[in-house]
Amino acid sequence: MLHTVNKSPFERNTLASCLGHALPDSAILLIEDGVLAAVQGTAREAEMRKALETYSVSVLGPDLLARGLSPDQVIPGIDVVDYGGFVELTENHDKVQAWL
Amino acid sequence: MPIEVNGKSYETDEEGYLANLSDWNEDLANAMAQADGAELDSNHWEVINFLREYYDEYQIAPAVRVLTKAIGKKLGPDKGNSKYLYELFPYGPAKQACKYAGLPKPTGCV
Amino acid sequence: MSEPWEDEGPGEIKKFLYVNRKSPYGTIYALESLEVVLIAAAFEQDVSMVFMDDGVYQIKKGQDTQQIGMKNFSPTYRALEGYDVEKLYVEAESLAERGLSEDDLLVPVEVMSRDAIARLMDEQDVILSF
Repeated sequence: MLHTVNKSPFERNTLASCLGHALPDSAILLIEDGVLAAVQGTAREAEMRKALETYSVSVLGPDLLARGLSPDQVIPGIDVVDYGGFVELTENHDKVQAWL
Repeated sequence: MPIEVNGKSYETDEEGYLANLSDWNEDLANAMAQADGAELDSNHWEVINFLREYYDEYQIAPAVRVLTKAIGKKLGPDKGNSKYLYELFPYGPAKQACKYAGLPKPTGCV
Repeated sequence: MSEPWEDEGPGEIKKFLYVNRKSPYGTIYALESLEVVLIAAAFEQDVSMVFMDDGVYQIKKGQDTQQIGMKNFSPTYRALEGYDVEKLYVEAESLAERGLSEDDLLVPVEVMSRDAIARLMDEQDVILSF
């Protein structure tokens, strides 16, 4: 299953709720304000590094760039994808849960 | 388009459903039916009153399938079937009866 | 020609889960979810609803919206049974975090652990999130 997260982890519990419910072989895609969780040096970095041990995590590049963040700043292990990659992820999973 | 009954005017939406639930009265229901070329008898009233009670309890107008089942439970299988209800309300039991009952159009009805 | 009272068969039945995570009146999500569930009930699928995070407040007893000028749609959750939507699940952790218990809820539900909810989600064919 693919989980998408579109809210900032600094404002909402959306990411926490996702991590609390995603089963081990799940994929997580950070989009919109959700991309803020993918950046190195934030208070959420440790949590994301831990999540990477269990899940494959991606972040939507266009949403990073729009917020003045570069793919270089992303926590190693998180895959930066474009819109094509987003489509591919949804195709490769049987269903999607959108954490809003 | 407002509807006139006993010298009073009541606001309705573009499909003739009453704008304010609290405006409803029996004369209004009769007038709405007359405008559709129908006359309400005790069988109609049974359904209309049932709908008002349903709305009062659940705050929605039931879908036709739900209405049929609930009528069957309350009034017996002779009345809890679509054929009976469509004969009473040929424009669709949920749609037409809800209108006369002063309720909004059932959720999901187009 | 088929008459309007003649039911068509349901076809292939799929498992649908509606995930409700928002408190009822601050955003439109709760009401939208409820409306979608009621409309989609006509399609006779295998429907479940889960209430977690602030979504548990959607089915909190004693809602009174008179003074905020919004419609109190909480009584409508009690109509779900008549729509054959009978599988309502609530996450135990979400209740506990908010100082709520099953007695605070206005419909009969099955309270489940977070792990059980995670597995429930995994079993579905389609998940709709609100």
